[in-house]
Amino acid sequence: MGIAVALALVVVGSVVFHFLSPWWWTPIASNWRYIDDTIIVTFWITGAVFAAVVLFMAYCVFRFRHREGSRAAYEPENKRLEWWLAIGTGVGVAAMLAPGLVVWGQFVTVPADAATVEVVGQQWQWSYRLPGADGKLGATDIAHVSAENPLGLAPNDPHGQDDVIIQGDQLHLELGKPVKMLLRSLDVLHDFYVPEFRAKMDMIPGVVTYYWFTPTRAGTFEALCAELCSTGHSFMRGGVVVESESKRQAWLQQQKTFAQLQPPARAQARN
Amino acid sequence: MADVTHGTLPPLSASETDDVELYHPHSWITRYVFSQDAKIIAIQYSLTALAIGLVALVLSWLMRMQLAFPGLISFIDADHYYQLITMHGMIMVIYLLTALFLGGFGNYLIPLMLGARDMVFPYVNMLSFWIYFLAVLVLVVGFFVPGGPTGAGWTLYPPQAILANTPGQQWGIIVMLVSLMLFIIGFTMGGLNYVVTVLQGRCRGMTLMRMPLTIWGIFTATIMALLAFPALFVGAVMMLLDRLIGTSFFMPAIVAMGEQLAYKGGSPILFQHLFWFFGHPEVYIVALPAFGIVSDLISTHARKNIFGYRMMVWALVAIGALSFVVWAHHMYVSGMHPSFGFFFATTTLIIAIPTAIKVYNWVLTLWRGDIHFTPPMLFALGFIVTFVNGGLTGLFLGNVVVDVPLSDTMFVVAHFHMVMGVAPILVIFGAIYHWYPKITGRMLNDAMAKLHFWVTFLGAYLIFFPMHYIGLMGVPRRYHEMGEMAFVPPSTVTLNAFITIVALIVGAAQLVFVFNLAWSLRKGRPAGGNPWRATTLEWQTPQTPPAHGNWGQSLPVVYRWAYDYSVPGAAQDFLPQNQPPDPQPA
Repeated sequence: MGIAVALALVVVGSVVFHFLSPWWWTPIASNWRYIDDTIIVTFWITGAVFAAVVLFMAYCVFRFRHREGSRAAYEPENKRLEWWLAIGTGVGVAAMLAPGLVVWGQFVTVPADAATVEVVGQQWQWSYRLPGADGKLGATDIAHVSAENPLGLAPNDPHGQDDVIIQGDQLHLELGKPVKMLLRSLDVLHDFYVPEFRAKMDMIPGVVTYYWFTPTRAGTFEALCAELCSTGHSFMRGGVVVESESKRQAWLQQQKTFAQLQPPARAQARN
Repeated sequence: MADVTHGTLPPLSASETDDVELYHPHSWITRYVFSQDAKIIAIQYSLTALAIGLVALVLSWLMRMQLAFPGLISFIDADHYYQLITMHGMIMVIYLLTALFLGGFGNYLIPLMLGARDMVFPYVNMLSFWIYFLAVLVLVVGFFVPGGPTGAGWTLYPPQAILANTPGQQWGIIVMLVSLMLFIIGFTMGGLNYVVTVLQGRCRGMTLMRMPLTIWGIFTATIMALLAFPALFVGAVMMLLDRLIGTSFFMPAIVAMGEQLAYKGGSPILFQHLFWFFGHPEVYIVALPAFGIVSDLISTHARKNIFGYRMMVWALVAIGALSFVVWAHHMYVSGMHPSFGFFFATTTLIIAIPTAIKVYNWVLTLWRGDIHFTPPMLFALGFIVTFVNGGLTGLFLGNVVVDVPLSDTMFVVAHFHMVMGVAPILVIFGAIYHWYPKITGRMLNDAMAKLHFWVTFLGAYLIFFPMHYIGLMGVPRRYHEMGEMAFVPPSTVTLNAFITIVALIVGAAQLVFVFNLAWSLRKGRPAGGNPWRATTLEWQTPQTPPAHGNWGQSLPVVYRWAYDYSVPGAAQDFLPQNQPPDPQPA
């Protein structure tokens, strides 16, 4: 008897908590509103199923609890009911999967006009690289990494000379402009994650991964590492500033290119 | 499908059923230590698993204290926190859940429920336990080696698992990998035994489609484990070689802390594929025995046949097969080729259909039942609630694009604890309350059982349900403290403290259970042979607890399926599987 009440309370309590608790996602700051919408659809479908199943259980344990002399029915199968339930479930699953796959298609298809930014993870800091005037990022190799060349750019690649290297600063992005984040790691797995952007992808040493999004809200956002990277994982933080293009250009002017960062001796040697 | 054989079957010839004198134990050591009796081996497996599980429980207390009150327990720094979560996860998934369901319940129930005298390879069965025991010892040694156990996370992802900044890099990771390899060797011996016994050891009349769903669950899970564990085994061997002799299976060129390492050309993501090719089936290796057991608990204690038996069997088999083509849903944001997302999201959501069928059939078994609120039934009901909840949040994470924001957050932690932590453990408790009378001859104390149930069920729900919402906000998992996060409201600290306090209470309630196990051994009410008036064969043994060889002089003969409860016209509300049908009127 108590269990029937408890089951009903679990449903009521869960629904009340869902709608009244102060804990909910952070306001979105990217174009991935579709992801949020798919989550909402999923909440409604799964919430309805959860409530229906558990309330039905609560009814059963109340209605069919053992009483003196009562006896259960004998019904081994009911083919028709079983098939209808299976088909109904299939429809519900399809209703969640179909929009999910469509949005995934968008998520992995980078628009042609997207700007390119490279994020480099290493224990336990973020660095960034932006293409210079030529619009191209130079080649890199782990073998080139040294104190003077922390991101491992190929010294002889002309595309790399004007690449802007940013260390110990926040990343600035242009409001409303799609951006492809190229993700590279020097040591272990990391994951550059800004909750407000909703997007996320691991970086793997030896491979360049990516995701894209369009920042839709100006402001400063906190970036966290979302893939366990040993002791300092919880402290591997960064920041992303989303602002108008004019402000971003002002910031960009103060940054140094790869060529400018090289020690003078080496720069001369190359000339 | 009420499957009854009419007429009587002739007994098997003596040569097939003989109770061989030589095979019985003749000393205390061979009876209780190096025993070849599946029932003793089952108890050994279960006690070892429960003991190491209590260690994991204490680890979870410590990590929850750190999350709610960072710095309060001063020795928990980041390194220790990562060691706590790694060992907690590894122990719970492998050394507790897998060992208890297959080694514990598998050993006890397969021969008894199928009317066999024992497993077909009793000696190998004994070796299986002792190798498992050795694996547990090696695991425990990890706590005492220099540098402590590995803190690489239970997934042991390279490269960090074997690099210098990870706690336990020196010895802990080596000990962990060796322990896993031992576990897999031990399991393989046991697993082959379970499969062969199910296929070859059934008594006369026990067709496959008359087996109790408990056996179907354990049987399917065992086949899956035999196919899945080798992937983890080779992964462990390769990582051990990377760590010890500098091969580069999983290690690309790396600069760690400003120093170029000697590794070159390996693939970290290869390990993830191997790990999850094991790791996803592993979820169902734990879940399928729980599905089977809970079906029998519900049917017995609702005095009603399980609804849709054939559909239940095929759903188990379908889930088992499908679970081998969904592994990369753990890797949507791992950086694998994004096109895989389409395939794995589709297979993952398809698996929801047979799983949902099982839930419907459990609930429909309650419909028009005669429900007794015994401890096993209460735990079974608690299982359905937590499993449905955790299964439904799986539809969030399985749907690839929804997984992107939620992956690696506390949402995932809440999801998998609900679905493969709380839910199967509730079944374990229900099953222990159900079969303890057969194992010991005495009932567990009912008042303690109910206290245990209410605190555990409601407490676990209060722990893990709100945790989803912390993850929805974006709080990542595996953070030893949240620190300052601009997007997290201060009230979250209060919620975290609440979760921790409930977790401490739920943990303490498990001590009531442990006490009950010990207390009832002497003081429990005598159970008799069949206290639940159940149909399956283990309740029809000539002695309780069953003697070695289980069945005395002659093996049982089975005439009907396992679910003849409340058959119209029958005098009692259950007909044991070995009860011959009444002669048919001509």
